[in-house]
This record gives sequence, structure tokens and C-alpha cells, in this order.
Amino acid sequence: MNTLVAAPAARRRRATTQVWRALTYLALVLIMAPAAWLLIGVVARAWSHWRWSVLWTQLTPTGGGLRDQILGTLILMVAVLVVAGTIGVMAGIHLAEFTRKGKLSGWVSAPLRTASDVLSGFPSIVLGYVGFTALVVGLGWRLSLLPAVIILSIMVIPYIAKTTENSLRQVPTGYREGADALGMSAGYSLRKVVLKTALPGIVTGLLLALAIACGETAPLLYTAGFSNTLPHSLTQSQFPYLTYVVFTFYNDPSVQKHYLAYDAALILVVIVMLLLVASRIIVARTQRYSESARTAATRRPFGRFRNDPSLAALPVPDLGPGFENLPTS
Amino acid sequence: MTTVGGVAGSVPATPQSAALSKPPWHRRAADSIRRNEEAGWRSVAWVAVLLPLAALVFAITVLAIKAWPAVRLNGWYFLYGRTWTDGHGAYAATVTTDGVKHIQGAQFGAWAIIWGTLASSIIAIVIAVPLSLGAAFALTERMPTWISRPLGFTVEILAGIPSVVIGLWGILTFGPWLANNVYPVIADNMPDVPLLRYFGNPHGSGEGLLTAGIVLALMIVPIIASTTRDLFAQVPPLPKEGASALGMTDWEVANKVTLPWVRSGIIGASVLGLGRALGETIAVAMIGGAIQQIPHTIYQPFTTAAAAILTQLDGAQTDGTGFYVATLAELALVLAVISVGVNLVARIIVNRTSRVAAPLGGA
Repeated sequence: MNTLVAAPAARRRRATTQVWRALTYLALVLIMAPAAWLLIGVVARAWSHWRWSVLWTQLTPTGGGLRDQILGTLILMVAVLVVAGTIGVMAGIHLAEFTRKGKLSGWVSAPLRTASDVLSGFPSIVLGYVGFTALVVGLGWRLSLLPAVIILSIMVIPYIAKTTENSLRQVPTGYREGADALGMSAGYSLRKVVLKTALPGIVTGLLLALAIACGETAPLLYTAGFSNTLPHSLTQSQFPYLTYVVFTFYNDPSVQKHYLAYDAALILVVIVMLLLVASRIIVARTQRYSESARTAATRRPFGRFRNDPSLAALPVPDLGPGFENLPTS
Repeated sequence: MTTVGGVAGSVPATPQSAALSKPPWHRRAADSIRRNEEAGWRSVAWVAVLLPLAALVFAITVLAIKAWPAVRLNGWYFLYGRTWTDGHGAYAATVTTDGVKHIQGAQFGAWAIIWGTLASSIIAIVIAVPLSLGAAFALTERMPTWISRPLGFTVEILAGIPSVVIGLWGILTFGPWLANNVYPVIADNMPDVPLLRYFGNPHGSGEGLLTAGIVLALMIVPIIASTTRDLFAQVPPLPKEGASALGMTDWEVANKVTLPWVRSGIIGASVLGLGRALGETIAVAMIGGAIQQIPHTIYQPFTTAAAAILTQLDGAQTDGTGFYVATLAELALVLAVISVGVNLVARIIVNRTSRVAAPLGGA
């Protein structure tokens, strides 16, 4: 992008920079090639023996399909969306809107944020262990849906809270001031103006949290267990989901089960891709209409020049539609 | 007179009319809801923001209580010991030492596990950081948006792929490929000197430490690369252009201007990746072989703390005294302390970067 035309340089310097360029491209290839190999490999392995009936037949001890596992994963996702989505979004709202310096909320906001960070750094298997000992064994539940949802929610709440807080902070101050000037009550303006503006960012965070939730295996093994069919009980019977199929069936003696493992991997990848593409579309759509796309080009510089007024006052070239993301250089 | 307030539904014309016409009950209710809406938001948000803290305290308490007997009985041996056995089988006698019931002969030294955890994460970091840096440079500095955007999206997809799927690919496709095509070449050409001997034969079947490290690297590349890419995009163009106007080559601009500008941010991102690598479970359990040993060559099976908890918790429950499960809680506690510590360090570094001025000109 920045085509840097070097001044006449000594041969060694030129050679160094050529090697440097080659190495950066090599690094890119070394990342992209396995990524592409992984995606294509998963699809190819599943596609060669794919049958659509996998989607609507039940799993049997000898083969069958993955209907209940797919439904189970979707149920887990919806439950996590409801539980973690509510709590995470509300926590994010609190951290972004309701903390005041000098008040109790201001004092506790830093420890609360740290707690959230610490929680997001917890290895998933450790949370799985906690769920197993405290909920499954301790509370006398069995391996089932409810402990799985609780543990998965604890995993993704910090993530949702963080994205919510960040997107609320990006709502322009003018919007809030405008709402105040129109005489809206604080709650009403929060709901109708602030949250509405921040919604795309919040939804993106929710979708990515869902992508995390649907791909987890380790915490589910010891909270949800596994079963061939959907159970009727929330806390007493084991629950089916897709990742278990991948984890266990690939080294099963039967070929049918191998196929099911590949199929489950393919379905998981498709779900994750759908979530990612959806979040991308939301981001792209909102950027097209928001003014943040235009201000993003003049993002405040980092570090030493952060408060340099001459930089902040740099004019933004307005080249019309289609050029919003052009760098200012 | 009375119709003014009622029909128009707006502010009453005069104070008298307000007193005369009391608004209907539903409007009063709506008004009251509107007045108290903020209080509602506030109280619900207060409860919600306390829940992560509550969950954290809950998790740590559960682990600590559960691990306490193991901490007392295993002592420091847990951190350096090399024998890991739950005693002489399920039919062995139950004995009580220091008030902790356990199976006779039980001895838990987790050095091999801790070693495996650190080794695989270090391999992953050593591979992932240079690759991410190079790729981020290529994406931000050298490519038009129409190429770099889809490539960036591919990296994002890589971040979203479930680790169990990556594990499946690693154990069925990537590991065997490495064992057939790459490892023999390295192993056969390694001189038999200390340190390098570690890369020598036997090179195994692709199920082991090096494969797990490489796959872990692939899993943390998205974290490091995307953070680094964002950091590079935040370096203002003027210093870079100034540098190249002074006659600096691409490499010199990168080395002298861009990298110093974002150095601590990159360190923070790398440590964040390290935290993820330490806690990764499923992929390592599938690819690493989950055999509890310190491998003699870098290609051999090993296990990590996360993988050990995953693979052993089921069997641990046959220990009727609960000591094995308690030991796994201790392992979980150690793992949690390490990865939470690493994460906090990373966050402190990242937070500091966004405050302190960039070190330009060797400041």
C-alpha cells in the first residue's frame, strides 16, 4: 500500500530488504497454506462420502445420522445466547454507562473488569472440571444440559461484556447529548439511541461468542456427557452435541463412525463460517451508513502524537462514496 | 379547558388545567415506567456485572477446596516429581496419611505434565510470533486492500475453527504428512550433539510434541497476527513516509520505525497467545498422544496439564478415596494460576501500550 521508493541504497541494504520482503511473503504463505489445507481437507474428507440423510436421521450404535447432535449443538447455542447474552450485554452496559468516578460503581469497576479478564483467561478444561465437581457431582445433577449451559456461559460472558462495552464506548457523544437536549430520560435514550447505535457491535460480539460456544469440547465432556438422542430432562440425562462426535468417533473401529466424525467436523465448520460471515456482513453494512467509517480514517494516532493537535486537525480527503476507508496519507 | 391536556396528549396549557385534569391511569403508569426506566437498567446491570466476579470466586473456591487434600499430601513433590501413579490398583488397601485418605502407594509428581505444557507452548510461540509478524507486515505494508482483506478473513476463519476440528486434521492429515515428509529429513540430518540430538531419530508417527507445537502455533497465529495487524495500522503514516523519504529501505523502516512503535503491543499479543496455548486442551490431547512422559526426541508423544485433566478425569473416579480427583484439581489449579498470570501480564502490557508514548528514536 505504502509503495516506498527507496533512495539509491548500497547493495547490501538492497539485498537485506529483498530478503526481508521475501520472508514476509513466506510467513504469509506458511500461515495461509495450512489454513487452506485445513479447510479444504475437512470439506474434502467429508464430501467424498457425504449423504444428506446425516442431517435428519438419528445416531444409532452402528451408524445412522447426526440429527440429534446437530439439534443439541443448536440448543446449546441458543441457551448460551439467552443466558450469556443477557448477562454479558447487561454487564457491558454497566461497565460502559453506569460507572461514575468517585462513586461506588467507579471504585469497583476496575476489579470487576479484572475479574472478567481473569475469567476469560481460564482454560476451558478447568472450568469443565469446576462444572463437573460443583454442579454435576456436588449438586447431585447428572451429566446434562443445564451444567453445560452454565459453564459455557461463564466462558463467553467476559467476551460478550467486553465487546458490548467497547461498542457502547464508540457511540458518538453527540448522540447522547442530542438525546439529552431533546429531553429524553436517561433510560429511554439508552434504549432508543445508545443501544440502537451500538447494536451491530454487540451482535457481532454475540455471534463470535456463539462460534466459540459451538466449537467447545473440553468443558462439555464433563458437564454434558453424550448421548445418541435428545433427552427430556434438563439436569438428569446426558446431552448430545457435535464436537463429541469428532473427538471420539475418529478412532472408532467402524468406518461408519469415521465418516460421521468427518461429517460432524464439516457441519461445525459450516456453522462457524455462517456465524463469521454474518458478523462480517453486519459490520460492513453498518460501516457503510455510519460516520465512523469516515472517522476511522482519521483514527487518533498512537503514542507520542496522541495529543498533538496538529495531527488531530489533519483534513480528511473526501473522495466520495467507495473511498471511505482510504488512508489519509 | 379539560380537553387540552387529555386530547392533545402534550404539555397542559396552564398550571390550572394540569391540576384539573389528572391524566388517565395508563398514561400515569407509562410516565412512571419512563421515569424509572433508568433505575431498572441500572439495577439489572449491577446484578449482571457482579456475576463474572461471582463465577470467578466460585470457580477458584471449588478448585481450592477440592485440591486442598492433594496439596497437603503431594507437597512440593507435585511440582518436580516424576512418578505418577494412583497406587496399586483399585483393590489396594486404603490408607490415611496426615488425615488424607488415599490408595496405598499413590504418588503424584507432575513434572512430566508441567514440562510438556511449557515445552509445547514455547514451541508454539517460537513458531507463531515470527510468522505472525511477517504475515502482518505483508498484509498491511505491501498489499492492496482487495488482496489483504480476504486473506485477513481467512486468518479470522482460522481463529473460529473449533479446536476439535483442527485436532482431527492434525492427527489424520497433518501429523502423518509431517512424519512421512518432513521429520525424516530433519532427523536424518541432525548431528549427534547435545541439544540437537533432541531432533534426531526416532521420528515417530507424527503424534507427539513437535506436531502438537506446530498445530498450537497455527491456533495462536490468528490472535497474534490480527492484533499485530491492527497495531501496524495504528502507526501514523507520517513517520514511516519520513523515514523512507530519508532513504531508508523497507526493512529499515520496518525495523527502525514501525516495530519500535508497537513493540510492547506485540509482546502483549504474544503473551496472550501463550496463554491460549497453555490452556488448549482438545487439539493437544488428540495430537500429542496423551502419554505421560518426557519424550526422548521432540517427535514423541507427551501430555499437557489440560490434556491430562481431560484424559484422566474419567479414570480418576475409580479411586474411591477421591485422592486422584483431588490431585487433578491441584493440576487444574496450577494450570489456572499459570495461564491467568500470563493473561494478566499480557493485559497489563497491552494496556500500558495504549497509554505510554511510543519509543521513537530510541527513547
